[in-house]
Amino acid sequence: MTMFQLEFMQRALIAGLLTGLSAPAIGTYLVQRRLSLMGDGIGHIAITGVALGLLTGTAPVFTAVIVSIAGATAIELVRARGKASGDVALALLFYGGIAGGVLLIGLAGQGAATLNTYLFGSLTTVSSSDLYVVVGLAVTVLVVAIGLGPQLFAVCQDEEFARVTGLRVQLLNLLIAVMAAVTVTVAMRTVGLLLVSALMVVPVATAQQITRSFRSTFVTACIIGVVACLAGIVTSYNANVAPGATIVVLALAGFVVAATAGTLIRRRQGRVAPLADAEPEVGVPVPEPHVVSAGHPHAHNPQCGHTKVEHDDHVDYVHDGHLHAAHGDHWDEH
Amino acid sequence: MTSQPPDSAAPAVQVADLSVELGGRLILRGVDLQVRQGAVVAVLGTNGSGKSTLIRTVVGLLPAARGQVRLFGTPVPRFRQWKRIGYVPQRITAAGGVPATVYEVVSSGLLSQRRLFTPMHASGKRAVEDALQIVDMADRRKDAVAELSGGQQQRVLIARALVSDPELLVLDEPTAGVDLASQQIFADAIRDRVARGTTVVMVSHDLGPMDALIDRSVVLRRGRIVYDGPPHASQTHAHVHHSHGGDEPGWLTS
Ligand SMILES: Nc1ncnc2c1ncn2[C@@H]1O[C@H](COP(=O)(O)OP(=O)(O)OP(=O)(O)O)[C@@H](O)[C@H]1O
Ligand SMILES: [Mg+2]
Ligand SMILES: [Zn+2]
Ligand SMILES: [Zn+2]
Ligand SMILES: [Zn+2]
Ligand SMILES: [Zn+2]
Repeated sequence: MTMFQLEFMQRALIAGLLTGLSAPAIGTYLVQRRLSLMGDGIGHIAITGVALGLLTGTAPVFTAVIVSIAGATAIELVRARGKASGDVALALLFYGGIAGGVLLIGLAGQGAATLNTYLFGSLTTVSSSDLYVVVGLAVTVLVVAIGLGPQLFAVCQDEEFARVTGLRVQLLNLLIAVMAAVTVTVAMRTVGLLLVSALMVVPVATAQQITRSFRSTFVTACIIGVVACLAGIVTSYNANVAPGATIVVLALAGFVVAATAGTLIRRRQGRVAPLADAEPEVGVPVPEPHVVSAGHPHAHNPQCGHTKVEHDDHVDYVHDGHLHAAHGDHWDEH
Repeated sequence: MTSQPPDSAAPAVQVADLSVELGGRLILRGVDLQVRQGAVVAVLGTNGSGKSTLIRTVVGLLPAARGQVRLFGTPVPRFRQWKRIGYVPQRITAAGGVPATVYEVVSSGLLSQRRLFTPMHASGKRAVEDALQIVDMADRRKDAVAELSGGQQQRVLIARALVSDPELLVLDEPTAGVDLASQQIFADAIRDRVARGTTVVMVSHDLGPMDALIDRSVVLRRGRIVYDGPPHASQTHAHVHHSHGGDEPGWLTS
């Protein structure tokens, strides 16, 4: 019996596949908005959500979705109102989330072991009902991230311009925040809350090493995310190590490879294609501004009486507040 | 212009007694401005006189503390026909945290006409190509915007505003940092559109080749309009037209 026939491994691989797709998909928009650490912030808030679920005896995935959506909305509102810059708003939630989580877990009387399964992911305990929730959430995220791609791109690229094209910018920003929250809870069981941000950011950073367009960055990041997740799960099964950490280490290794390859490719291209200044100069304007004095009937000469000024290799004549110099058959303004 | 809605007679821009507050200070005070459809208006004034504030309030990015702005007869907060407006903001970098190509940025100018969850029409692709031609960036369409020079990025922003063929162009220093040849191409493109009835409101410190198109200028000083009328009379020309006409007396001859 191979590992692929084990039911829990099949569930793990499906959950991994969906995390690998949805985390970089929404991560691309976060990186575009320079909010790379938003996923991490929401991850910390989700800890409070998990603890709340354990305390009240509700499904932790459910309470984590609710609390992290509330937290993400709060981040977005604080940022939009301009009360604090994006990174300060994030920091506030980081600390609030983790402190609240630890407090509540203590109240619930659950040990570190329970919390650990959410902090670092535990694929082997994914139940089929967990899986349905994960599939539903991930598909929603992907439909929005792809279907509303052009609109979300415009909002992340240039918010003011997006408003003038009539887009509901506030609503779309909120949508990104909520989708990030949903993605975090999807990834809770695979990479875990502490490392989910890595899966949102690292594949995007890796893709950027070799791409030029937003669309190709998006697609490449998703592919890298899926490969890292599936490979990480298989490796962790064979080597009996934590899946979340394995996935992230693989993703980071991918980044190192891509960064090196990207540098080499660019160097190679630079060698093959001539540099801009190696091309023949065609139609390049003469460096010095060349202004011809309009209608100049007077011919200056050393005895004409106008003040003479030495200028590099020639003489300028002070004339009517201007400097005039002989050039061929006419006079230049110098 | 046959399929115009009934408000075709309404002024393109109507600013009435507009005051705008930023950071607790009144930046615009009691500005009145009417721009009829088809007009080309230059907004002039020194740094900090409130030109960008006026422009940004006109396109609905800033709220009015007092007074009102109407676009094609509709008050801005209720205005929904954004596909009639093309906007070039003042010098924002065209780059975000993820690389984006020239083509992708220019395409985002078409979003006002695009339905959600649908791909771009063939006509949209043609419009993007045309806009890229106008700013002479067609051969750079696959390049990352962040890797362009400042003037080239500005040309991308101009293309993004032109791509939807809007009826009203609101331009905040569109040609700042753009070389003379490209300014000429841009001015020609604007002239074509003005001939078809497009309205233009633009801020510029150096109108350059656009100069000939302007039929009215408005000068702002400390948030008030201090001149509104024919161009040139208002402008303090930095460059003095200097000529030694043969019939001009008063200078020495040898
Ligand atoms: N966000 C802001 N908060 C407070 N004051 C602001 C803000 N933005 C602009 N101002 C002030 O408003 C005034 C007008 O600014 P505005 O950008 O409209 O000037 P401008 O005429 O466009 O100048 P420029 O020629 O430099 O573009 C300036 O004195 C500026 O300090
Ligand atoms: Mg300005
Ligand atoms: Zn002389
Ligand atoms: Zn000289
Ligand atoms: Zn002379
Ligand atoms: Zn000469």
